[in-house]
Amino acid sequence: MGIIQPVMIVALVVLGCFNLCYGGEEFSEELLLRPLPDRKVLAHFHFESTTPPTKDYGHHHHLFPKAIYQLVHKFRIRELELSFTQGRWNYERWGGYDPISSSNAKPPGVELWAIFDVPLDQQSSGSIRYGALPREAVCTENLTPWLKLLPCRDKSGLASILDRPAIYRAFYHSQRLRITSNEFGSEGIEPGIDLEQTLTIVVQPDDQRTSTSYSSGKMLQPDWSISSIFGRKISGTCVLARSSSVFFELESTLVSELNKLGVDNAASDGDQVYPGVELSVAPDQVIKERKSSSVLFEFSVKKHDYKPLDIGVKWKYPIVWSCVQAPFQANRFLMGSGNERGSIAISLKATDHQRIIVGDEFRDKCEMRVVIFQVVPWYVKIYFHTVQVFLDGRLEHTPAVIEKIQVSPSEDRVSPGVMEIALRLPCSTVSAVITVNFDKGFLHIDEYPPDANQGYDIPSAVVRFPDIQASTYYLGDNSSRNSPILSKFQENNPVLSYTEVLLVPLATPDFSMPYNVITITCTLLEKLLSSPDFVQVVQQVERKITGAI
Amino acid sequence: MAKLRRFWGWAIASMLFRLALIYFPRNLNFGFRPEIATPVTSLRRLAEGYWLKQSSMSPYAGSMYHGSPLLLSLLGPLTAKRFEGQPSHIACSLLFVVADLVTAMLIRTTGQYLQSAYSQSLKHLNLMRHLEASAFHPAGDIAALIYLWNPLTVAACVGSSTSPIENMMVALSLYGACLGLSPLAAFGWVAATHLSLYPAILIIPVILLLGYGPDSPPRKLFLGRNFGSSGYESLPQACHFSWRPAVYFILWASIWSFFVLVLCSISLMQYGGLFEMFRRTYGFILAIEDLSPNIGVLWYFFAEVFDFFRDFFLIVFHVNIMFMILPLAMRLNHRPCFLAFVYIAISSMLKSYPSVGDSALYFALLGWFVNELADMKCSFFLLCGYVGVTLLSPVMHNLWIWRGTGNANFYYATAMAYACLQIILVVESVSAMLHHDRTMKKSISQS
Repeated sequence: MGIIQPVMIVALVVLGCFNLCYGGEEFSEELLLRPLPDRKVLAHFHFESTTPPTKDYGHHHHLFPKAIYQLVHKFRIRELELSFTQGRWNYERWGGYDPISSSNAKPPGVELWAIFDVPLDQQSSGSIRYGALPREAVCTENLTPWLKLLPCRDKSGLASILDRPAIYRAFYHSQRLRITSNEFGSEGIEPGIDLEQTLTIVVQPDDQRTSTSYSSGKMLQPDWSISSIFGRKISGTCVLARSSSVFFELESTLVSELNKLGVDNAASDGDQVYPGVELSVAPDQVIKERKSSSVLFEFSVKKHDYKPLDIGVKWKYPIVWSCVQAPFQANRFLMGSGNERGSIAISLKATDHQRIIVGDEFRDKCEMRVVIFQVVPWYVKIYFHTVQVFLDGRLEHTPAVIEKIQVSPSEDRVSPGVMEIALRLPCSTVSAVITVNFDKGFLHIDEYPPDANQGYDIPSAVVRFPDIQASTYYLGDNSSRNSPILSKFQENNPVLSYTEVLLVPLATPDFSMPYNVITITCTLLEKLLSSPDFVQVVQQVERKITGAI
Repeated sequence: MAKLRRFWGWAIASMLFRLALIYFPRNLNFGFRPEIATPVTSLRRLAEGYWLKQSSMSPYAGSMYHGSPLLLSLLGPLTAKRFEGQPSHIACSLLFVVADLVTAMLIRTTGQYLQSAYSQSLKHLNLMRHLEASAFHPAGDIAALIYLWNPLTVAACVGSSTSPIENMMVALSLYGACLGLSPLAAFGWVAATHLSLYPAILIIPVILLLGYGPDSPPRKLFLGRNFGSSGYESLPQACHFSWRPAVYFILWASIWSFFVLVLCSISLMQYGGLFEMFRRTYGFILAIEDLSPNIGVLWYFFAEVFDFFRDFFLIVFHVNIMFMILPLAMRLNHRPCFLAFVYIAISSMLKSYPSVGDSALYFALLGWFVNELADMKCSFFLLCGYVGVTLLSPVMHNLWIWRGTGNANFYYATAMAYACLQIILVVESVSAMLHHDRTMKKSISQS
């Protein structure tokens, strides 16, 4: 022991030196905290590892997970995203227009999509694959391998505050893994492999104060801190991380409400950054957004290395605000009863925010493009010729509204059906409903899951607004800040939202009957073959034949 | 003349009845009933296949359409047509009404021809008193009216399934064969086989019809009767097989099938060609891939049977039809039309996706033998049974699928009862026919 320890220390030092000296690989950890209007808190962990391309750097890595590197090389992956989610992102309350809701809010269950680098001669089968398991239950057994991909696991750094009960008690949690690689492409801005791991959770902080309601009926937001949510404090950085910081974000709508408060209650205390909000730790940096005036407070964990960092928020006044939503709120539901057939309806309702995005003066002239992507399992047999679009309750002539419809019909027991509809809606549309009829299939007795009468889940539909980008631009010098999470937010991502998962009950056979059905049916046929007259017919014929011989 | 007017009155009334049902408020929903529209005959699936083809995909993509590509080209444009204020698929429904009328006319003419030929051969045997003894019914008119007024036919016609077209082709084939028109018989047979595979076994009765002529008493009776008196030449046609029309039939059948295959391969040029067509139509029928409930028993059997035995039972059930073909053909070769009826009844019982349209056809053909089968046993029981099953089957389906208060066994029970009734019908009618032949033999030997 006496010898091993110094050896290990030496090895670590050498490794650390190696890292610093040949630092092509990088790892960074970040955490974003944001209060939500319905007294909840969003915590978004962002871990990112990058490695330079193989041809410059070789096959051996110090930080980058070997499993991912081998996966990328074996299947020639260009892009891959895998998410495990429990709960549904509430687009109405938690927002649908910011980068987190459009690229980190995921459908319940497991979703996986990947773009492969397919050789030219195999391109006919396509290079994109999509799959979803809406019923998959997400648990610690999914989190542990995900954490193993981090260089410090959950032993130190930001990941160390990931308390399992706190995560799985949350209203929504989604762990995501995204790989972007430019190993095989010829051109690219950032060559190499980029592994982005995010964990998004929405928790309700325990309200220590008795919720005093004010005269106006408004409720005071609960005060919280990192230790009250996760039960732990941030006790240092992961030594392998290049940057390690925590952000606290106040949304634009909240900021404007706070500013109003500031006008009303002119008396401001010394430590407050905004009237009405008090942070327990002074931020290292305040970053403002260019367009929407939302504010980010940055806390560098490295600077707080000497004592545990526990960022907390105290609210002075009750405050009500709402998040910015996508132009249309998407919902999906089933129509019809019985286990024979039905229809799927996807409804798009214009939100208040649509006016803000589009602007009042353009409302009558402009058109908005909406793309709906839907995968259905084969036992839900979609009749694509029955697609109907209702705008404001009126049935529309489909070619006028549907810009493009692309389907890949399901194959029984082989492949699911895929449908992508591009709609062109006038901006004045208040509601749009797309319906399509389907028949329910009947499965073989072995194809039913253990609890067959519970029904089957249809994966969420994806509603995309390709013309509208959810991106935020921060004022100030971005390059010096060099934060992966902020640069991710500045990327142009189309606004995206997922609909609910549908539960389709299917008719079931009697599972206890196989022997009975086989014997009874066979008896029935035997009845035909053994009826006296048929026996006679056969015997006569036999006699004839033997007589002839 | 009065009889004739009465027939036309009833025929027109049945047409009007169908039209009234088509224009009935849309909640009738016959097209969704599993008893009427099977995966092979459903017009909704045909409309989907047409839509896929219009959007330049294979009509067979997506396990939806399993019918003929030619039917798709014929009916597809009609399904896509919408008339303001009219029920959907109105053009197709009108076409099916016309098809039903044509089938009824074909059945009527064939029946009349059969009857006159039969009385001719009875005259030969000096058995006219045998004819006069029992009330002599106009078999053709009865068969046609059974076809037109059978509730099952009406449901199949109104319920937008393609079985009226299939039935028309089978009737056309038998009509052509009865009247000795080889090209027409070959066309009907090829078209019917192309549409639904099972009429392929009708090749035996059709060839027998062309070779021996229409149904007659057993050949032995003629031989025994005429041997001494007038010599071999005066024997009616029924006693020796004439090869010429049969060979013509084979020739024409190959010409027509070549023609059909060429047309199919042209229409499926970009979508996998003929192999894809056979895989998606005949393959789908033979492999019983779709396990949605219908009035047959096989869907439940294959939904429940262990995967390991699936292939074995598939072979058993299909060989069952084959197994009965040869003995019946040898025993009933003097009655090819009756043989055709038995074949159609057996195949409609054992086929993978049976519908009420199939039983509509064999009920009408049963009408041809109304005189011969006058003393058939169990006929009242059979009638009650069919009425009961027809009424109970939708109820049980409703209980299982819509209300959820019953389970699959309820519906399976009615399907079994239906299969039982069909078995009893086939067995009883065959035994009645054999009995009829025996009494004729007896009366000849007595005279």
